[in-house]
Amino acid sequence: MRVGIEVNGKQTTEDVEDRTLLVHHLRDVLGLTATNVGCDTTSCGACTVLLDGEAVKSCTVLAAQADGHAVTTLEGLTDPDGGDLHPMQRAFREQHGLQCGFCTPGMIMASVSLLRDNPKPSRDEVRHALEGNLCRCTGYHNIVNAVMDASGQEVQA
Amino acid sequence: MIPAQVSYVRATSVEQTLELLAEHGDDAKVLAGGHSLLPLMKFRFAAPEVLVDIAPLDELRYVRESGEEIAIGALTRYRDLHANEILRAHAPLLAEVAGAIGDPQVRNRGTIGGSLAHADPAADLPAAALASDAVFVVRGPEGEREIAAEDFFLGPFTTPLEPDELLVEIRVPKLTGVGWGFEKFNRRAIDWAIVGVTAVGSSIALINMGGSPIRAHAAEQALADGASPAEAGALAAEDTNPADEPHASADYRRHLARVLTTRALAKVAGEWPAGLH
Repeated sequence: MRVGIEVNGKQTTEDVEDRTLLVHHLRDVLGLTATNVGCDTTSCGACTVLLDGEAVKSCTVLAAQADGHAVTTLEGLTDPDGGDLHPMQRAFREQHGLQCGFCTPGMIMASVSLLRDNPKPSRDEVRHALEGNLCRCTGYHNIVNAVMDASGQEVQA
Repeated sequence: MIPAQVSYVRATSVEQTLELLAEHGDDAKVLAGGHSLLPLMKFRFAAPEVLVDIAPLDELRYVRESGEEIAIGALTRYRDLHANEILRAHAPLLAEVAGAIGDPQVRNRGTIGGSLAHADPAADLPAAALASDAVFVVRGPEGEREIAAEDFFLGPFTTPLEPDELLVEIRVPKLTGVGWGFEKFNRRAIDWAIVGVTAVGSSIALINMGGSPIRAHAAEQALADGASPAEAGALAAEDTNPADEPHASADYRRHLARVLTTRALAKVAGEWPAGLH
C-alpha cells in the first residue's frame, strides 16, 4: 500500500507491503538507521521513536498504521544541516549515558517523550519512565543522570 | 521477524468494520493498538489474511459517566485510562491497573478493548474488569448485545465474541470510595504477572491462576463471613488451576496467590500502607 508519513518534519510517500513494520520502513526504505532493532519483541525499546510526539516501539507498529501521522527518529532531533545536538543528546554525551551505544537512540527518544510529559521528573520517575528500555551494558545510573541533566536538575555523582 | 502477508484495511466507521468482518469472517482480525496481535503475527502464531485497523474510530475513545455506571470506549488506551479523572474518582482499580501494564511505550498504544478481547490469562485488565463486575457491549450484524465479564473469559484467548462482532464499550459500576487493591508479581517491570490479584470491595479476581482470569470465590465467601484479610487470603488458591512451568511451579503460584491476595485485601481494608512492598 502507499504509505505517507511525515518523518522528521518531511513528508515521505512510499509503496510498501502492508505487513511492513515501521522500524523496517524507517531503516530499510527511508535509510534512517539510528533506530535499532534490538529484541524485536516489544521488550527492549531500542526501536523507540515518537509517533505524533509519543514514544512507541516501532517494531510493534506497522508502517501502515503510521500512514497520515508524524514520526520523529533520533535523526530528527537535530538540524539536518549539522546543527547543535539536542539537549538530551548533549546530556547523554556529557554524563557518559552510553557505553556500547546500541540502546541509546531508543533511550534518548523515550527520555525526550518523558520530559514532554514531565519536564522535571524525579530520579525515581526517570527510572520508571525508562522501564521499557533495556541497556545490556547496564549503564542505567548515568542514563538517569543524563535525563536529570537534560531537565536542568542536579546530577548525582 | 516479519508477519506473513496480510491485507491492511483502515476502518472508517463501526458499521463499515462490521461489514468487513462479516465479509471476511475468520480470515480477518481487528487491529486496535496491535500490542497483542502484532507480536503474535511476527511469530506467525497468527496469520490473518485481513487486518481491519479500527484505530481511526475516535468515537470509540472515551470515558464518561452514565448514571451509576462509567462507560469506557473500547479504543481507550492504557495511558488515557491511567490519567482519567472519572476513573480515578469512581473506578480507581482500573486506572491503576492500566498504569501498570508493560511500559510507557506499550501504554501509549495498548487499548482496553484490545486487551479484553485478546483474553490473555496473564493480562491485568481482564481480571480488573472481572473484579469490577464489568459488562461488555458488543456490536454485530444483529445489533448490540451485552456480555457480563463473568461470562466473557471462557479460556486462554477464548471469548464468546463471534468473528463478525466488535467489542465497542466497557461498562463498570461506580465504586466511589470502595477500597481496592492490586498486586502483581513479576521478575522484570515490563513482564506479565507470574501471578496477580485485583480486589475491589469484597470482589477478588486472580491473574494467571488458570486459563482465564478467575474470581477467588472461597476467599470472597470467607470475607462475607467476616474473615480477616489473612484468613481470606489463605483461601485464594482454592479451585484454581495455575500452570506448572519451569520458572514458576503451580505450588509457587498458589503460594503467591495467597500472599498477594492477603496484601490486596489489606489494602482494601486500609491496613496495608502504600510503599511497604
